Amino acid sequence: MKTFKVLGSGCKKCATTADLIDTKAKELGVEVAIEKITDMGAIMSYGVMSTPGVVMDETVVHSGSVPTAQMVAGWISA
Amino acid sequence: MFEIFTRLADWAAYGLLRLSPDSQLGSAVHFFIEDVTKIFFLLAIIVFAIGFFRSMLTPERVRKVVAGRSRAVSYPMAVGLGAVTPFCSCSSVPLFIGFLEAGIPLGVTMAFLIASPMINEVAVVVLAAAVGWKVAAMYVVAGLTVGIVGGLLIEVFKLEKWVEEYVWKIRMGDTPVQQGASGFKQRLQYAWGQVKEIVGRIWLYVLVGIALGAALHGFVPQEFFLKYASADNLLAVPSAVLVGIPLYSNATGVIPIVEALMAKGVPIGTVLALMMSVAAISLPEMIILRKVLKPQLIATFTGILFFAFIGVGFLFNALLT
Repeated sequence: MKTFKVLGSGCKKCATTADLIDTKAKELGVEVAIEKITDMGAIMSYGVMSTPGVVMDETVVHSGSVPTAQMVAGWISA
Repeated sequence: MFEIFTRLADWAAYGLLRLSPDSQLGSAVHFFIEDVTKIFFLLAIIVFAIGFFRSMLTPERVRKVVAGRSRAVSYPMAVGLGAVTPFCSCSSVPLFIGFLEAGIPLGVTMAFLIASPMINEVAVVVLAAAVGWKVAAMYVVAGLTVGIVGGLLIEVFKLEKWVEEYVWKIRMGDTPVQQGASGFKQRLQYAWGQVKEIVGRIWLYVLVGIALGAALHGFVPQEFFLKYASADNLLAVPSAVLVGIPLYSNATGVIPIVEALMAKGVPIGTVLALMMSVAAISLPEMIILRKVLKPQLIATFTGILFFAFIGVGFLFNALLT
């Protein structure tokens, strides 16, 4: 099972990102774990400065914006 | 070049709605229609063009470029890149920590944060369209200068002690390499995404700004401004800056107000000082920065900008009126 971490200090876009991953995963019938990381030290330890960021299985796959549905689908089915 | 929007507004306000050009309502509605069409048209075009050609200028890259440079290079670079790097104010905190962690001095980091909301490509072009290239250029020069001076003062006063201690302990992981958009189709997609994101973020500020500008334009008589906001009134500039500090609007959103005030004969320095203070510092921004800065530093930072904007206002009023 893939683990997604959404990095962000709790802004609206971060919630949108987490919801998007959740929706897409359900749509594709893939089980994923989603975790929201709000601690600044933890966010920075991934090297991400612009939030929201997305970490998949401990690799940063995206930062700086809400990802597109296409991107999310790509990660889930990769 | 922008006559088409004036004509469109003529047609809509005086033709379609049958308002008189001489009535207060007529001139306000005309201003509103002209500015809504003109500003949103420009906004979409500029954001799209910039998104297309400059697909990836991220805070992470700026950090890498500025780190380790001498001050003579890093200050001008920080304000210049601050002006053109898009980032949402909700990213101010990670950006701040990331800069310091890379060894970028506090003063340089603050210079970046001061310049960034005040100046951006979109605001500069819309400002030029509203009040001319000369004023737009002066605004940019003044804004960059305030950024550098503000940063240098924070450095001279050695205010690192007023940064929250935990900030210095954070260690950053390797910054991920971001894939920039490449290829025509991807660039188009990225540019379109930028339009949606940026317009989505600022449209309300712009609309409110236009509505206020239209109200000033139509309903507040010129005499009012001549009486209270002329260059002779020494309190006009400080009051404009003071009013602007807690208020927040995107720089582009202030422009219709700038346009209306200038048309009413308010001196340029006073107007630009107001625009800077509305765009640069605001209560929400202070609350966000409170996570990394102690109250003393926020107060000092606000104080420096307060006096810098007043200086800009008086200087331009003295030079140009």
